Amino acid sequence: MRELAYYEAKFEALDEIMAADQRVHLINGTFLSLSPHRHVFQNLKQKYGERMVAPPISELGFCGLATGAAMAGLRPIVDLSTGSFIYEAWPQVANEAANAFSMSGGQTRVPVVFHLFHGLRGGGAAQHSGSPQGMLWNCPGLEIVIPSSPRDVKGLLKSAVASDNPTIFVDHTRLLDIRGEVPENDKPIPFGVADIKRTGRDVTVVATSYTVQVALRAAATLAQEGIEVEVVDPRTLVPFDLATILESVEKTHRVVIADETHQSCGVAAEIAARISESGFDKLKAPIRRVSTLDVPVPYSPPLEAHIGPSEERISNAVRATLA
Amino acid sequence: MVSRNNKTSELVEVFRRMWLIRAFEEKASLLYAERQIAGLLHLSIGQEAVAVGACSLLRKNDYVFGGHRSHGHAIACGADIDKLMAELAGRATGYCGGKGGSMHIVAKETGFITATGVVGGTIPLALGAAFAAKERKNGQLAVVFFGDGAGQAGAFHESLNIASLWKLPVIFVCENNGYAEFTPLSAHTKIEYLAQYAETYGIVATTVDGNDLFAVREVMARAIKKCRNNKGPVFVECLTHRMRGHYEGDPAKYRELSQLAEWKKQDPIVRVERVLRKKKLATSQELEAIEAETRALVEKAAEFALTSPLPAAEEIVRDVMT
Repeated sequence: MRELAYYEAKFEALDEIMAADQRVHLINGTFLSLSPHRHVFQNLKQKYGERMVAPPISELGFCGLATGAAMAGLRPIVDLSTGSFIYEAWPQVANEAANAFSMSGGQTRVPVVFHLFHGLRGGGAAQHSGSPQGMLWNCPGLEIVIPSSPRDVKGLLKSAVASDNPTIFVDHTRLLDIRGEVPENDKPIPFGVADIKRTGRDVTVVATSYTVQVALRAAATLAQEGIEVEVVDPRTLVPFDLATILESVEKTHRVVIADETHQSCGVAAEIAARISESGFDKLKAPIRRVSTLDVPVPYSPPLEAHIGPSEERISNAVRATLA
Repeated sequence: MVSRNNKTSELVEVFRRMWLIRAFEEKASLLYAERQIAGLLHLSIGQEAVAVGACSLLRKNDYVFGGHRSHGHAIACGADIDKLMAELAGRATGYCGGKGGSMHIVAKETGFITATGVVGGTIPLALGAAFAAKERKNGQLAVVFFGDGAGQAGAFHESLNIASLWKLPVIFVCENNGYAEFTPLSAHTKIEYLAQYAETYGIVATTVDGNDLFAVREVMARAIKKCRNNKGPVFVECLTHRMRGHYEGDPAKYRELSQLAEWKKQDPIVRVERVLRKKKLATSQELEAIEAETRALVEKAAEFALTSPLPAAEEIVRDVMT
């Protein structure tokens, strides 16, 4: 099977999506971030330029525009770039897009995709390192998609655009260069289906986004100590596949959840609650969370390295849960 | 002899639509006082000329957006008042199955896309609908109603700027009734007319007497023509007055009684009636009949609403996601 870089798979997805459906428009365009690969994005402009617009710095305005355009029959993908910028657009995402289908009694569909890069990026500091997916999970009506591999980003982006629900596509700049298998003629990946990224019998590590890659590295190190970790990647937060996680817990009896949202009311908190409610009798140890610490993200690199769900913190949590 | 031509019947129909709004809002007020309607109720009594003046000239496939005071906008678009009253009463037979209520009316089949409970919330949405309309190149346009209070919201300014920059076919209709919630406009901004904001963004703007149906229609006809010919956006400010408080139950002590008396003289329905009588386009009997007929329709709507079932508990999880 061919191997692609994450950014290549993502670009391929956008190319195929734009070719397949004239209703898809791109609002803003840092889908490959400001990475060295951003020139690849120019290829898209040549082919689909009339369906790509660059608005002024008005997140509230252009996220509302994307939402309204979706209500009127288009299927826009709006790029917020840095995840923290969604806070500028919050009323349109949380109060309008999330609520429209329900508030209208099913009359209004909002097939919009809000794309963003979340998390610790190396020197982003407090205002450029946000991971808003925890808060967004608390807004009923939004789908939340969070890939961690080249195959997943391609398959999930296609499903996000095909979905008639407003969808938050949570990406991470640190994933852009990783490589992985992507089949030719791949199929869209359905939502609500978790993926076992590594099988193991000793501890279940549930991880999301870039933290999946960190967990895999931790797993490799732990394997040398004779600890076999099973890494489960939910791939979508809404809808959420609890069943696959519970199956894993049935086998391992121990859970560590690693995620980049801040600890309080974060993604790990919700997953822990769900596992505890439905799988309490399977557990032999309390569930452990490895989240970004509850502090505004500091600028200086050693400080930043200290607060995130690092390989070291994940490994320590795994060992602690076996102790 | 009363001349019966298309224009006459159109005017009489427009007048009838204004009465339908008036009758509906007055009945809603009574039902609210009887606690048949929950939550907050914002009535547009006195502002009928803006809603009807604007919407009577639109096509069915144009996109209309409102705010929290939008029963009149929906009715002006042709909404079914039975389903509208049922929605206010939180019934399963309401437009939104009881999920939305007064501030979130959606009557999609009429072109009334959505109202919103957040001041300025639909202004960016209208931008998006106009964006979609422009792509289709078929002359569709978007209209968004909002009050003078929205003129100070970030969403308003971002939207005006983008609409102007991208020449979107959207008509911004500002119902300037002089009060943003409980304080006069002068407590919210130094500018006197919101049209001034629009001019800053390079948008053609006009301020008219919003209680003069004909003035509203005239300015809207020009705005619509511009937008259909891809020469939008346009800003239309309609000076008007809401005859009730900000919400039902608001004693509106912040208003001078004399001010209210002045505005009552400018009642938009009375003014149209005067024109119809003067130009002999309708007889007294016909005019009285219109009031009676619309009130009867509203009574029927209220009865439909109050005898409709409330939504079942299972409805909570329906239509959250497709």
